[in-house]
Amino acid sequence: MAALLVSGCAAGGTASAAPTAAPASGAPATAAPAASPTSVLSVIDPWVKATDKGMTAAFGTLVNNTDTEVRVVSGASPLSPKIELHEVVESDGKMVMRPKEGGFVIPARGTHQLTPGGDHIMLMGVADKVEPGAEIPFTLTLADGGTLRFTAIGKEFAGGKEDYQPGSGEGGMDMGGEDGGDKG
Amino acid sequence: MADRRTGGLPLTRRGLLTSGAAAAGALTAHAFTPASATAQAPAARSGTAVEPFHGSHQAGIATSPQAHAVFVGLDLRTGVDREGLGRMMRLLTDDARRLAEGRPALADTEPELAVLPARLTVTFGFGPGLFEAAGTVGLRPRQIAPLPGFSIDKLDKRWSGGDLLVQICADDPMTVTHALRMIVKDVRAFTRVRWTQRGFRRGVGIQEAGQTQRNVMGQLDGTVNPVPGTPEFDRAVWVREGPDWLHGGTTLVLRRIRAEMETWDAADRTAKEFTIGRRMDNGAPLTGTREHDEPDFTKLNAVGLPAISEYAHIRRAHTADPALRIYRRVYNYDEGLSAGGHADSGLVFASYQADITRQFLPVQRRLAEVDLLNEWTTPVGSAVFAIPPGCDSGGWIGEGLLT
Repeated sequence: MAALLVSGCAAGGTASAAPTAAPASGAPATAAPAASPTSVLSVIDPWVKATDKGMTAAFGTLVNNTDTEVRVVSGASPLSPKIELHEVVESDGKMVMRPKEGGFVIPARGTHQLTPGGDHIMLMGVADKVEPGAEIPFTLTLADGGTLRFTAIGKEFAGGKEDYQPGSGEGGMDMGGEDGGDKG
Repeated sequence: MADRRTGGLPLTRRGLLTSGAAAAGALTAHAFTPASATAQAPAARSGTAVEPFHGSHQAGIATSPQAHAVFVGLDLRTGVDREGLGRMMRLLTDDARRLAEGRPALADTEPELAVLPARLTVTFGFGPGLFEAAGTVGLRPRQIAPLPGFSIDKLDKRWSGGDLLVQICADDPMTVTHALRMIVKDVRAFTRVRWTQRGFRRGVGIQEAGQTQRNVMGQLDGTVNPVPGTPEFDRAVWVREGPDWLHGGTTLVLRRIRAEMETWDAADRTAKEFTIGRRMDNGAPLTGTREHDEPDFTKLNAVGLPAISEYAHIRRAHTADPALRIYRRVYNYDEGLSAGGHADSGLVFASYQADITRQFLPVQRRLAEVDLLNEWTTPVGSAVFAIPPGCDSGGWIGEGLLT
């Protein structure tokens, strides 16, 4: 039996993912997701944690459809004026999240999981409610300037509550200042 | 001995029973990998069996009844409108589709619990109140309304009504539990739980598929039932009239019927058979010798009285026209004992029909009027739902009503 990459299966009907993502197929637990060869990067099962306002995060599986490494350097969504690419790391015995230096790297022909408790797309200063089942547009920008556009589904989720640790100086980010100035 | 090495796990016994090679050879850890289990053990094949989710009808109706079921009645939260209902049904359809295929639901925190679908089906129904919330009262079939009261009813609110039905069936109770958990996590933002009714039938492999099952009173229950896959079934079950959106769907009347086990125990076998009009042992009508013999309602006994009583259950329930029969897909319930050792058990009586008014109500009226069985059975719950048609891989359940 193939290793069960739990999110590594075709996008579902409600998850109107990237237009290039594979249509829902009956094949259960396909470890290597199919995607249109025309897209450099695709995403499977994108979802965003439902929230009233403030901070939330988006998840899914990024799929590199090329023979070279792909790097995601930034994200954007109408939902939030401030989006960061985050990782979760241990700091002083606690799991904390912080901006991931260099963004997300997806190996050639490989996948990269964005999961609660792991790498994720962090949204701050969210002013509008993210309702369960809502379809939220996202755009990820790659190092070469290319983009991946997709729609993530709002989903109630209990987890993913790591403390936020603003970026360190070397990342050139100053979250405190940004948050303070956020008018949402 | 193998048992020493494996600690006598249940899997060990199954491996020994079903795999000669494993029994003969040294039983290593390798013997317990899923691959070898699925190759050898019928039980494991039951676990991976899949019922198709997509189709013109929802799964879970014509589907050969699975061993375990839970029916959940939900009430919409205030302010949930058609847009909200659309979001809800897209989420629920996505969950049901994935879980039925043995895939984790989106954001499933326990994806390992999703890999054995065991013929899982998740079926959705819309109660009367949903049409008001959706602003589509004009599209509510008139039959989707609470049943009229019957003299035999002792309905309890905790088993009655509901705006939304979720019916989850599978051949494994753990699969049912996980599917219920995933569905409820998505539906509770839109609804509150009104009632939960669990039911069971014989386990997989316990008796031949298609054989009539016994209920907790010991009766063969459902001898006269339309057979899925036949034209009679299609005519009796699938809606072809009324609002377009329900065509290809059906209706569900869900009745919770308590069995009065203490007084049933006091009845002797002759009285029980007289009550039903059938033999208890093989279900044959009192005018025949085998279960599926056609009852002869005109036949008289030695003293000149009808062999099947005028008040017998099968006479009162009899519907001559197959197109007007109901399709029963029933589950037993057994909810535990009182301090005095009395049972709380009976039937979760799920009746599907194209037309409640023409099919269900006439039978129910006849039974309420006179049926000897009424002495030992009490309806304690009642709910009515429209069951929308199925959908394809790009669609969602209820799309025809809610868009």
